[in-house]
Amino acid sequence: MNAARLYRTMRLIRRFEERAIELVRSGDIASGIHPCIGQEAVAAGVCAALRPDDIVLSNHRGHGHLLAKGSDPGRFLAELAAKDTGIDRGRAGSFHPSDFSVGVYGASGTVGHGAAIAAGVAWAVGQDSDRVVVSFFGDGAVSQGALLESFNLAALWQVPVVFVCENNYYATTLPADTAIAGTVTGRAEAFGIPAYTVDGQDADVVLEAAAGAVGRARAGGGPSLLEFSTYRYEGHHTFERTMRLRYRDEAEVARWRARDPLALQASRVAPGERERIDAEIETLLDEAVRYAVESPQPDPLDAFDHLYAGGMRVRAGVSHA
Amino acid sequence: MPKLSYAKALNRALSDEMARDPSVFVMGEDIHLALTQTTTGLLDRFGPQRVVQTPLSEQGFTNFATGAAMAGRRPVVEYQIPFLLLLVIEQIANQANKFALMSGGQTRVPVTYLLPGTGWRPGWGAQHSDQPYSVFAHLGVKTVIPATPTDAYGLLTTAIRDDDPVMVFAPMPALGIREDVDYADLAPIPLGVGLVRRAGTDVTVVAVGHLVHDALAVAEELAGEVSVEVFDPRSLYPFDWAGLAASLERTGRLVVFDDSNRSCGLAGEILATAAEEMRLDAAPKRVTRPDGAVVIGCAPGLDLAVQPSRAQLTNAIRAVLKS
Ligand SMILES: Cc1ncc(C[n+]2csc(CCOP(=O)(O)OP(=O)(O)O)c2C)c(N)n1
Ligand SMILES: [Mg+2]
Repeated sequence: MNAARLYRTMRLIRRFEERAIELVRSGDIASGIHPCIGQEAVAAGVCAALRPDDIVLSNHRGHGHLLAKGSDPGRFLAELAAKDTGIDRGRAGSFHPSDFSVGVYGASGTVGHGAAIAAGVAWAVGQDSDRVVVSFFGDGAVSQGALLESFNLAALWQVPVVFVCENNYYATTLPADTAIAGTVTGRAEAFGIPAYTVDGQDADVVLEAAAGAVGRARAGGGPSLLEFSTYRYEGHHTFERTMRLRYRDEAEVARWRARDPLALQASRVAPGERERIDAEIETLLDEAVRYAVESPQPDPLDAFDHLYAGGMRVRAGVSHA
Repeated sequence: MPKLSYAKALNRALSDEMARDPSVFVMGEDIHLALTQTTTGLLDRFGPQRVVQTPLSEQGFTNFATGAAMAGRRPVVEYQIPFLLLLVIEQIANQANKFALMSGGQTRVPVTYLLPGTGWRPGWGAQHSDQPYSVFAHLGVKTVIPATPTDAYGLLTTAIRDDDPVMVFAPMPALGIREDVDYADLAPIPLGVGLVRRAGTDVTVVAVGHLVHDALAVAEELAGEVSVEVFDPRSLYPFDWAGLAASLERTGRLVVFDDSNRSCGLAGEILATAAEEMRLDAAPKRVTRPDGAVVIGCAPGLDLAVQPSRAQLTNAIRAVLKS
């Protein structure tokens, strides 16, 4: 994999998130977002190991997953702004985006429960193809019983899924070491699933680990788990900017910032090429922001659209007679 | 004409759909030996890739089915016992039932949740006797409850072919019901289409699931005294409001006979809608379980005292006729 491509993906994610935070401040993204700034190497490295027809199940901190899988930044920003031109017609927002055109099958808001959905997708596609499914979740997810159920099912039936735990050491304000008895990898190993803890701040290292796990799944070797050690620079959610929550100290944040994954990847790309990529991304995002802001809101008359795939219409909340 | 039992009708519908559409598969606990009889013979016919026996991981396999459905399959998920639904409300109502919406129509989740044996099981205790169909109708999950073998076949078939999640409640007291059928007449039954099981002119009894048979018996008993129309909605969500309105146009009087708990149960919704929008010449009544989960499930005397009964229905019919 070419260093410049990884850099481009990471730079896109970083700048996309920064622009999205501006749109939160301006009120264009009413929900706020869970920024993934600081964790770009995981999304970029893992998705670089995937084929376009491979599938991803994302989570609430998922903007990087979609961008790395190839989602269009304009339609994605429009989705975050809940516009009718968004990927999901403004029905997903920042919390539940999916983009089936690039193989992102959704983001479950129920922490830890998306993994079993991913296992089911993998089981189904594994029967007549060599496609692979990646399930992203955080360190908070490993305390959910349903996650362990998904490990059990995936291992029993040897489905082509790669479980990716982005351990950023906090679940909202909860430090991982006060929440997790034993280890993340130990949970998977208990089900006979190979599991590795990997540096999540070096995109090359992420890619190499992911390529191994994806290759194994593609060859019929079944599930694996990768726990990436990473960090989010921003608060859990943008609402945290308005609160004074003290659950980690500035020195800790500074230590992680000093080993910035984007700066590390930038050092692997020639300066001229980097400038070209940076400029291209700024143009792309200027256009994306314009598209998101200028796009129309969904029509309230369409509020019942898509509630049921079969098109069933529901009764309104006000009785008609 | 051959006799078809309700349980066999479910089995036949499943088998026919699996033969017709290779994307259909069934998953659940103890289904290789067909503990509930709905999967009898299916393992031999279709193999373990389509008759997927699961560990006791209801939350896991419910979401697993959602994933398989988004990847193009049509899973039928069987739960042995109705309380298991309380474990997977989130997975059904908040995951499976919302992906079409959250994806803006990019995907669909055609899963069928099959509940063979809901409601009171004599002697099985308080935790095995629930009848939680109103919960799913409230949450907006398509929900059907067939009363007869023919409807069990037709509604399960439709549920499997539907592009959204559908709950199929098969009430315990109905499982043994047998019916003379011509197999050629078995066919899909659309959702949201009720059936007048017995025509009448004085009062409409909306009876749900197995209670349809009790309502028909009461109507017959009272035949000399009052002309009772028995309306079987068959599908609770969507509900056949037009069918109910047409019946009330004829009778103007309403009793709902429903095995839900009283508070926030289906009967309350039917009474409210009828009161708001339909012809009613007298205050309607309902016969349901009491508030709260008081079906204890051990002493039959206690349980029968708190379940909707024929005697209660008879009294309710007489009461609405007087008012
Ligand atoms: C089952 C569940 N419990 C609680 C929440 C509320 N919640 C949303 S995100 C979150 C923290 C998740 O932490 P983690 O999994 O480590 O991911 P991160 O936010 O660090 O990326 C919590 C508690 C939820 N959405 N689902
Ligand atoms: Mg975390």
